[in-house]
Amino acid sequence: MPFIPHTAAETAAMLKALGAQSLEDLFDEIPGHLRSGPLTEVPEALSEHEITRLMRARAAADGEFLTFLGAGAYEHHIPAAVWEIAGRGEFYTAYTPYQAEASQGTLQLLYEFQTMIAGLTGLDVANASLYDGASALAEAVLMAVRLHGRSRRVLIPETVHPLYRKVVETVVSPQSIVLDLVPMGPDGTVQAADLASRLEGAAALVIPQPNFLGCLEDGHALAASARAAGALAIGLVNPVACALIVPPGEWGAGCDIAVGEGQPLGAPLSSGGPYFGFMACRREHVRQMPGRIVGRTVDAAGREAYTLTLQAREQHIRRSRATSNICTNQGLLVTAATIHMALLGPEGLRRVAVAAHANTATLRARLEAIPGVRALFPHTPFFHEVAVRLPIPVPEALRALEAQGILGGLALAEFYPALADGLLVCATETKTEADMERYAEHLRRIVTRRRLDPPCAYKDDNTRSP
Amino acid sequence: MLIFECGAPGRANTTHMPPPAPAPDDIPQALLRRTPPSLPEVSELQVVRHYTRLSQRNFAIDTHFYPLGSCTMKYNPRAAHVAALLPGFANRHPLAPESTGQGLLACLFELQEILKAVTGMRAVSLTPMAGAQGEFAGVAMIRAYHAARHDLERDEILIPKAAHGTNPATAAMCGYRVREIDVCADGDIDLAALDAALGPKTAGLMLTNPSTLGVFDRHIEGIAQRVHAAGGLLYYDGANLNAILGQVKPGDMGFDVVHLNLHKTFATPHGGGGPGAGPVGVGERLLPFLPVPMVGESGGRYYWITEKTRPQSIGRLSTFTGNVGVLLRAYVYARLVGRTGMARIAQYATLNANYLLDRLSRLGYEPAYRGRRAAHEFLLTLKGLKERTGVTALDVAKRLLDKGYHAPTIYFPLMVPECLLIEPTETEGRAEIDGFVAAMAEILTEAETRPEVLKTAPHTLPVRRVDEVRAARELDLTWGSRAAEG
Repeated sequence: MPFIPHTAAETAAMLKALGAQSLEDLFDEIPGHLRSGPLTEVPEALSEHEITRLMRARAAADGEFLTFLGAGAYEHHIPAAVWEIAGRGEFYTAYTPYQAEASQGTLQLLYEFQTMIAGLTGLDVANASLYDGASALAEAVLMAVRLHGRSRRVLIPETVHPLYRKVVETVVSPQSIVLDLVPMGPDGTVQAADLASRLEGAAALVIPQPNFLGCLEDGHALAASARAAGALAIGLVNPVACALIVPPGEWGAGCDIAVGEGQPLGAPLSSGGPYFGFMACRREHVRQMPGRIVGRTVDAAGREAYTLTLQAREQHIRRSRATSNICTNQGLLVTAATIHMALLGPEGLRRVAVAAHANTATLRARLEAIPGVRALFPHTPFFHEVAVRLPIPVPEALRALEAQGILGGLALAEFYPALADGLLVCATETKTEADMERYAEHLRRIVTRRRLDPPCAYKDDNTRSP
Repeated sequence: MLIFECGAPGRANTTHMPPPAPAPDDIPQALLRRTPPSLPEVSELQVVRHYTRLSQRNFAIDTHFYPLGSCTMKYNPRAAHVAALLPGFANRHPLAPESTGQGLLACLFELQEILKAVTGMRAVSLTPMAGAQGEFAGVAMIRAYHAARHDLERDEILIPKAAHGTNPATAAMCGYRVREIDVCADGDIDLAALDAALGPKTAGLMLTNPSTLGVFDRHIEGIAQRVHAAGGLLYYDGANLNAILGQVKPGDMGFDVVHLNLHKTFATPHGGGGPGAGPVGVGERLLPFLPVPMVGESGGRYYWITEKTRPQSIGRLSTFTGNVGVLLRAYVYARLVGRTGMARIAQYATLNANYLLDRLSRLGYEPAYRGRRAAHEFLLTLKGLKERTGVTALDVAKRLLDKGYHAPTIYFPLMVPECLLIEPTETEGRAEIDGFVAAMAEILTEAETRPEVLKTAPHTLPVRRVDEVRAARELDLTWGSRAAEG
């Protein structure tokens, strides 16, 4: 029987001990007519060999692409040791560390993680993670409204990831919180000068850095405007960028809360998850921070020990008055991220950020060399993504690139109708000169309609797994 | 020792880094970071050794029997892990076109179908990233349903006193007031209390069945009938689905919306606190409101169902598609177990629980609901033991750790004093359960003869009993700065 160790003799002996005739007797408190009978819609069991073959075939069919897609999920080198260690059964199959004495490994790791995230964001304290970047932003909005106390209106710029905005809307709207959309300026960023009137009476301002379009916002000016208006400043940051770009704790007088998507720190792309959201804040806000938090303390013998703390904020104690209903963190992803950050260190993370920026600059230059291709925001500093305008319909270009084994980026039309001919491209440190050359050459051919051989439909060098 | 204390300035693992390069000159100075982040500077071997050693300071299913009630700590098959990490899945970008994800989408679509079958629901959305997010989705749908009918007076969610804390927290997040319903002495819902609470303000009732008291509520049909008659909807918290998998479908009990915890019932790993996955299933009335994206199929091609074709959807809960890697693991598990195996899960989970309850009762442990059949878990109360010996549920839990067993869930539900909630799961054999019984027998003897051993337990773990009060009073949340309240 799959994953059930009982022999027939053991089952019989256990039933006998209970005075039961059959397994069926154990369900005698359930009204008989509610019993469901066989699950005919569920297929019969496969062997491990059979399911493995099926999964291999399906994974192989999905192929592997040279990807210049970013838009919230980024391909980075993940050291082999990261998942070798994170995948150890002692991390992989442990529960939430409620029993501190039997969970010191996970707890100490989370304390180290909190320290790393606080360091990266330049803020005082961090929690042990939330579900993903978008839900972390939603929690930050709720937290800011609780902290502010007098307003339920939060400013969220158009330059925030459009899917994040949707998630925030889903999560906060039942609590009558109003999301006030701040339009972007012609340079692809939020104009601090335009904010003053909107900020009046607002609870918080979300500041993305870099923003969804890859542009660097003026974090200092935006955070200062928010604080001057008595609103909280919420930094939404890429954790790799934090190694190169000034962190939210140092924008102006400092953000109140920083959140972001942790995926670039050791999580594979995995079609969107599991990832993790991170959250850091100023120390005076810690009691309004949602999620698990680990503290360092001592044991009965006075030795250093770690435990979940500030649990009085949480749902299992406070129930309907909790800071959030959340009762997990993304522990396994955080385990990977902690090992990832330890392996890269400050220098490694900085070099990854610098190389990603440099590659994106190179890619932009190569693409701009194609007739009719232009950067949408040519004078705005960027991190590792840029938006370009194509002279042909973007979906058509992307389809032709896909046929060559290249994912060429994200068509902006769906999210930004005004940028209908826009394409968002990203080149992380994983891309080589040859990769970018290949992309640019194919795009040049597609754009100029030069039907050189091989034709688009022919997958000349599409690397696919066996 | 912390990883930060192992480091030395200038130590770096250059194999993982691009070559050194100066700061870019096309980013304004004011936007560049001035001081490097305080990350450790350690060698790869130091990292591997440090975290391997930390892992050894954990209990886990792979190393210990883990009878944590309401958490379903069953074996997590490795085949599921290996499959989820296949390069075609692990390296796929979430915004890659559908044409490049047909294999993945096929798995997700089939998982939706399997979950529909086991819950008896009309449709399933896989996107919630945890049980609590599944709850949020469910209650948000209830809210959307009433709003769509312009039935705006309903501002209360009813929740039994025994419920998980996430239930009331979720209802509050969805803008509802929470009204708690009493439970009878036999563990079933107090129908008179329910009747008194139901009315034109009732948006719905959130229920776990079998309940967190470890018993199946025998009046479930009457409850459903009452809630529906009052115009409310019935929400099924799938925390205990393992107890009835393949035996009873929540849809047949009258539930309108269900969330499942794939990290419990479908054996995906808990990972030290996550990631989980909390898919939601709904009956007819809530179909239009399901969270997106979902997966559709037409003529053998799979596609994403989004807001565009679901204008009444409560919306998105995650940036992309939820915890896809967890969903793939659950899919593999479901296929390995299959139709017959699924029904067996509930049978053997229930057999193990009742066998363990019987053996512990014979030792002298007091069941909280004597005379009731255990579902896949059961509650003991140590109230009597505490009165006799001063030994508490916490002491017993800590002493179990010494004896190589993870502690059961303690002090939950809050309404039962000094309780232990024990769930062995179907993947433990008789020998493991008998071993646990032997440890509980020793503990009972110790409680009567030398209770101080229990009061000061654990004695054999990496640390002695941890001072949680001090942790909360003298906040130290990051290394290098004691975070006193400002």
